[in-house]
Amino acid sequence: MDRRCAVVGVAESEFGTVPNKTAFQLQVDAATAALEDSGLQRDDIDGLFSCGGPMMYPLELGEYLGISPRYIDSTQVGGSTWELFVQHAVAALQVGQIEVALLVYGSTAKSDLKRGVRFGDMPPAGRGPGQFENVHGPTLISKYAMAAMRHMHEFGTTSEQLARVSVDTRYNASLNPLATYRDLITVEDVLDSRMIADPLHLLDCCIRSDGGGAVILTTEERARSCRKRPVWVLGTAGAQSHLSMSQWPDFTDLVARRSAAEALAKAGVGINDIDVFELYDSFTITVLLTLEALGLCGRGESGAFVSDGKLRVGGSLPTNTDGGGLSCNQPGMRGLFLLIEAARQLRGEAGERQVQPRPELALCNGTGGYLSSCGTVVLGVD
Amino acid sequence: MAAWYLPIPDSESEPFWNAAAEGRLVYQHCRSCGNDYHYPRARCPHCWSDQVEWRDASGRGTVYTYSVVRQNPMPPFRERVPYAVGIVELEEGPRMMSALVEARPEDIRIGLPVEVVFEREGGDDGMVVPRFRPAR
Ligand SMILES: [Zn+2]
Repeated sequence: MDRRCAVVGVAESEFGTVPNKTAFQLQVDAATAALEDSGLQRDDIDGLFSCGGPMMYPLELGEYLGISPRYIDSTQVGGSTWELFVQHAVAALQVGQIEVALLVYGSTAKSDLKRGVRFGDMPPAGRGPGQFENVHGPTLISKYAMAAMRHMHEFGTTSEQLARVSVDTRYNASLNPLATYRDLITVEDVLDSRMIADPLHLLDCCIRSDGGGAVILTTEERARSCRKRPVWVLGTAGAQSHLSMSQWPDFTDLVARRSAAEALAKAGVGINDIDVFELYDSFTITVLLTLEALGLCGRGESGAFVSDGKLRVGGSLPTNTDGGGLSCNQPGMRGLFLLIEAARQLRGEAGERQVQPRPELALCNGTGGYLSSCGTVVLGVD
Repeated sequence: MAAWYLPIPDSESEPFWNAAAEGRLVYQHCRSCGNDYHYPRARCPHCWSDQVEWRDASGRGTVYTYSVVRQNPMPPFRERVPYAVGIVELEEGPRMMSALVEARPEDIRIGLPVEVVFEREGGDDGMVVPRFRPAR
């Protein structure tokens, strides 16, 4: 039996529109708050897991934070990176390479766009495999839209069904005082919003925000003496399929099918045992494809599956309980926030949006790139 | 300095772009495992054999999926919106991304038969790029 590891500290920095703070500052703010949440000390941190900057970024970050970890990981596969970091951190903790892992992220994506130092849809340049795609002008959103278009073609999925994901996520956000957008919306509001890349409307797309977050993991022994109830990491797995869209064999099959099956098997639980879901929601189609890949419904059935409002807090499948990237926050690679919200739900700290009865098992599924990579983490409390 | 979005040919891709400049669409075939593939790689992505060869494609295919881009802040595409871009499945099997040209975006649909055309991008200093239009 592998040694157990736990999430013992979680926190966000200030998020939303934060024009007066740097991305590093958001990270040190979040790390400070997560450390406080855990009861551990700064000097206890010996593993640093982060990404989001240029080459040698972890060196820059470690230096800024004034720490010198013995274990450094800067895997960079987009939004799913943070779920993969949990996989990697647990492996390092289990073999005794480290005692305390800090996962930390921060970005000023929204303010950078306003300042004109960042283009929202800028793809990589014309080198390598990208040279066969970027000359045709695909935007990030259009790549997800191609998956939605194919899903509609194969299975008859409708814009109304996609919109339902956004509507129910907004309902959850309405229960979260920190969420960026809290006003309820209707399916009609989504369909009436501007078309960005057919068939995805503006309200099918995640928001853009500034913000940072931090998660602290440690061994079972140390977790027992931390401030809060340990949130055990029961199973993790990762998977990747493609980066160039031409290389994705099936645009309606997300590799979460593999990572989730493996993570659930390691946890020794079934998908129907999970009480709360935090699923990457870059776009509404991302959630539909994830629900199918998790095995919660059959291939092609996700549109009808979500039509009854089951994704709401209070519904039969509470999902993205903080309002997700569609309504709460989305600084760019949001996978870390899935872990934060799952831990809060399992601890019973989620306030008005708390799932009742308090969940015992949560599943986080991050998705990165262009539906390219997935990381699944199963969390639980005693 | 070429425009930001133009391909930068390398030793693996140069034959593809040179063929395009001659009005030919090419893909690769693995003599070891028999798979056909795009984009070009020195070793087959299915078996890592280096016994790979170039083949001429018929230039015919169908639209596997697509989107219509209505917002893109980057030149030159910001002047082109709305435009259709998607994945074309060649009749030989491999898939390619392509702008779907010489048609109104609303006339594009999944399954539409398409054929290759060669367009110059980036002016006189630019390159010839294979793209697809509805089959005639
Ligand atoms: Zn081969």
